[in-house]
Amino acid sequence: MLTKRHLLGATTALLALGAAALAQDTRPAATTAAPAPAGTRFITVASTTSTVDSGLFNHLLPLFKAKTGIDVRVISQGTGQALDTGRRGDADVVFVHARAAEEKFVADGHGGPRRPVMYNDFVLIGPKSDPAGIKGSRDIAAALTAIQTKAAPFVSRGDRSGTHQAELALWQAARIDLAATRGTWYREIGQGMGAALNTAGGMNAYVLSDRATWLSFRNRGDLDILVEGDRRLFNQYGIMLVNPQRHPHVKQADGQAFIDWIVSPEGQKAIADYKINGQQLFFANASDTGA
Amino acid sequence: MDISQSFAAAIGLILGGDPAFLAIVGLSLTVTLSAVAIAAFIGLPLGALLALARFPGRGAVIVLVNALMGLPPVVAGLLVFLLLSRSGPLGPLGLLFTPTAMVLAQTLLVLPIVIAITRQLTEDLHGEYREHLASIGLTGRSAIPTLLWDGRFALATAILAGFGRASAEVGAVLIVGGNIAGYTRTMTTAIALETSKGDLPLALGLGIVLILLTLAINAVTYGASRVGARFAG
Repeated sequence: MLTKRHLLGATTALLALGAAALAQDTRPAATTAAPAPAGTRFITVASTTSTVDSGLFNHLLPLFKAKTGIDVRVISQGTGQALDTGRRGDADVVFVHARAAEEKFVADGHGGPRRPVMYNDFVLIGPKSDPAGIKGSRDIAAALTAIQTKAAPFVSRGDRSGTHQAELALWQAARIDLAATRGTWYREIGQGMGAALNTAGGMNAYVLSDRATWLSFRNRGDLDILVEGDRRLFNQYGIMLVNPQRHPHVKQADGQAFIDWIVSPEGQKAIADYKINGQQLFFANASDTGA
Repeated sequence: MDISQSFAAAIGLILGGDPAFLAIVGLSLTVTLSAVAIAAFIGLPLGALLALARFPGRGAVIVLVNALMGLPPVVAGLLVFLLLSRSGPLGPLGLLFTPTAMVLAQTLLVLPIVIAITRQLTEDLHGEYREHLASIGLTGRSAIPTLLWDGRFALATAILAGFGRASAEVGAVLIVGGNIAGYTRTMTTAIALETSKGDLPLALGLGIVLILLTLAINAVTYGASRVGARFAG
């Protein structure tokens, strides 16, 4: 097993920690080579809960590994947190879904260029009893207005994730000033998509979800899709290499190889092929440069 | 309904021998036992030293160590995260999102428990045997090895308490490990993941396996200390 190496690594780090604490300077005394983590070639990708929880990576990564021999270590976070991980240099590639935030990430010099990869869509989930009476509507703004007017419980991710940012934009599209009108019906939980769905199920609340997570979610209880198909519910994913000029340890070649593969016809086909119960979850659109 | 499904899931996991699952169990044990070993290696002598040494501010140190037993795992995780992040002071080591980072975070959690309990036990033991120890020429710090050896069965409880804290926590390993499939996914982060995927029976099933593992380790330790006590007569 790896016991010895972990022990050694942890002891080294503890010693370094002590040294760093002793030194007035905050720079570590020793910057010697780290114990090489197990495995061979690998990159770290900061991505979102939707791509991980939906099982997309379980489908894609073996294909990429077979082709290139590169292991991909995926950390699933909300989009805001994933971009932060890239900003600090703790990942080689960022694969997220919040275009405005991604463009700011690139503009600030943290990485890029941003490549569009695929889209899926958001759906408004709610209890089958539907207290706001919105089932079957294709107008997300009208649906949100009805929820707010009836003060029906609504669960918000509240975690700066791509879904949370999309939700806030939709309230804006509905011309609802959340800061002024929110009451106990609006419940920010600050957690991932799955936790938000579990919470909504537990309190018979409405919640905005990406379709992929919803389709793979197992604890649906009394929840169902109530509103879908509005083009404002479109959810674009983009991928970026973290800036190797700013973070010299970033694995530029292998990270770029992953990005190139994801947007190649082969990677795009792999994305389109991923289905749950015969339903396609993500729609590859790397060739759409405007996405 | 759900709970009986969970027991079925737990039995399936144990009997199934799925390599991915076994790797998760293996990593959980490796990380936690490494952290406990390091914490014991550092904490036992330090705790005994704290019991015997007299210095200004000793009371404050004892209160601090006792209080750190309540260090929230998520805070320990954040601290290690900020230290190990590429933008942090130890960034060049490249240890974030590795099992080593997880060992480090859990060591921080276990260490105060080992120090605090060792300090209390050694102090009590020393109070009892001070004169006897002095009569065989062991005064002050030279008594530490003898005290630790004599108190070894009680100290096993300190180590088990540390093990319990480390094996049960999810906040620290999730932050510094990143729950990467096949690399830093442990029992507890897998439970958190399955919960977020809404597969509650599987999540609880994993939990049952974790509890059984903890039970087994405690049973072995108890058995060993009973046998040891008999031979120590």
